[in-house]
Amino acid sequence: MTILVILIPVTLCMGVFALAVFFWSLRNGQYEDLSGDAERILHDEDVPLQPSKTTRRPEMTKETTR
Amino acid sequence: MMSNLTGAERSKAMMIAGLGALVGLLMAIVGRNDPMGAHGWIILLFFGALFFVVGNALYAPEPTEDRAASYYDDPTKVGIILALLWAVVGMSMGVWVASQLAWPDLRFDAAWSSFGRLRPVHTSGVIFGFGGNALIATSYHIMQRTSRARMPDQISPWFVLLGFNLFCIIAASGYIMGITQSKEYAEPEWYADIWLVVVWVVYFILYIRTLARRNEPHIYVANWYYLSFILVVAILHIVNNLALPASLTGAKSYSLFSGVQDAMTQWWYGHNAVAFFLTTGFLGMLYYFLPKRAERPIYSYRLSILSFWGIVFFYIWVGSHHLHYTALPHWVQTLGMTFSIMLLVPSWASAGNALMTLNGAWHKVRDDATLRFMMVAAVFYGLSTFEGSFMAIRPVNGLSHYTDWTVGHVHSGAMGWVALITFGSIYALVPVLWRRETMYSWKAVEWHFWLALTGTVIYVFAMWNSGIIQGLMWRTYNETGTLRYSFVDSLVAMHPYYIARAFGGLLFLTGACICLWNVVMTIRHVPRVTPRLDYPTSSEAMEPAVPAAE
Repeated sequence: MTILVILIPVTLCMGVFALAVFFWSLRNGQYEDLSGDAERILHDEDVPLQPSKTTRRPEMTKETTR
Repeated sequence: MMSNLTGAERSKAMMIAGLGALVGLLMAIVGRNDPMGAHGWIILLFFGALFFVVGNALYAPEPTEDRAASYYDDPTKVGIILALLWAVVGMSMGVWVASQLAWPDLRFDAAWSSFGRLRPVHTSGVIFGFGGNALIATSYHIMQRTSRARMPDQISPWFVLLGFNLFCIIAASGYIMGITQSKEYAEPEWYADIWLVVVWVVYFILYIRTLARRNEPHIYVANWYYLSFILVVAILHIVNNLALPASLTGAKSYSLFSGVQDAMTQWWYGHNAVAFFLTTGFLGMLYYFLPKRAERPIYSYRLSILSFWGIVFFYIWVGSHHLHYTALPHWVQTLGMTFSIMLLVPSWASAGNALMTLNGAWHKVRDDATLRFMMVAAVFYGLSTFEGSFMAIRPVNGLSHYTDWTVGHVHSGAMGWVALITFGSIYALVPVLWRRETMYSWKAVEWHFWLALTGTVIYVFAMWNSGIIQGLMWRTYNETGTLRYSFVDSLVAMHPYYIARAFGGLLFLTGACICLWNVVMTIRHVPRVTPRLDYPTSSEAMEPAVPAAE
């Protein structure tokens, strides 16, 4: 079963990489406000990413503070 | 659509299309004595058409609006339409091959229409064509919305979407011509595999670049699911397709591994394709569109993250459960079996989390077929993951393996879970994407829901019955210790179930056709919603449950 010499290390490497990503997400503060994070996707009003002159700011503020 | 591209982007797109057309021409010339030559012509035609479409608009006016202030939705829209077209093609093929099993004359005596060639057209058509396009399209939507950032450029999303569809076309046309490397769900030959790697790497880079631009500190859990789908599928695809072409002028290649080594690699790939293509990506859809549609945050966000990491660490080890009672060492089989059972925990955590989210919104599930699609999808996800863990247990597998039970299990996952969550997401997404008030016909959504559910239930029950009967007949001995039934006896016993299965599939296909019609009518006939704000706004959060609003 020489194939296991390839598959098991590849799989372990993927696991270790996933672990590293998990620790990154932990240190990055990804899990600090879980309920807020879950809630925020529900009220996205497509806020302008780079407010340009054409965007009407007051209306936007009204919308987001609703 | 071209008006959203700058002149520089158009010429860049033209260059890529031109290069692709050249490669196609080269393949057509060197492969002229092989089916590979036909693929060369297909590639030439594909890129040639793109070249002219872009070239036609090369000197059209530059985009005037500030592109950075809106999301880039054009590729998402095209992706949704392509997904539905592939659904109709792939499911039609499914109904045809299912009917061939009941009435073998439906082969019409041609080589190209034999079961062995059409079945992969069905599987690739629905998994990659329908599922893949839906995943790419929804990932474009979700990664931008949850990051509150526009995609970093306008070319790579098109490259990924169209490049992936070229892969699907090469795959499907190759099967018809008899090109296959005989690995389930990885049938395409070496050049198609290399092309998919290029497309997939661009996809991953695009996703990471979008996340890097995010205006929202948190990376929403759906993105993690999509990212794992992209990354793991890339690695699996590369390892499983390690093959040496017999010659560079032909399609035939030989796998680097042989015998049970190859079988192990194939199912290490195969089951993880189920995991990271057919599960995590679609869970990403579920975790975004279900809360959106129900207008409630996910029941336990903490649990959704836990089940993500659970799936990531457990799923990758389960492939060997496809090789119980084979030459594979016993301990490797046991390893796969053990992890398969452990996997039930994160799977049910997701299914339960989805259903608990609906707690308090059941009146919406009653009124809104779109939300009902998602609810039933979560139920089927729970059912088929339980069934999967159960079937991975060695003695159970002794009965179920090589029978129609496996086919039933796969379809309870593919139709009940994957297709239903996709249809639900499409119905939730289309009005938002095209900025329409609602779907053209909510009655058609209701019809689609009931057709899909009935079709799935008929299909799955037919295959459960057929599979268990088969399994039992094959292991029945008479007093003298020989087999009681011949293979043909079991075939005759299956006939009524095969008819039922084809009928269930037909209902499901009808639903998909209704969906395509409904989406096209929505785009063409439903009035646009005038955005209430000057900048593009999505009314996603305020989207009413469709039937309730009628």
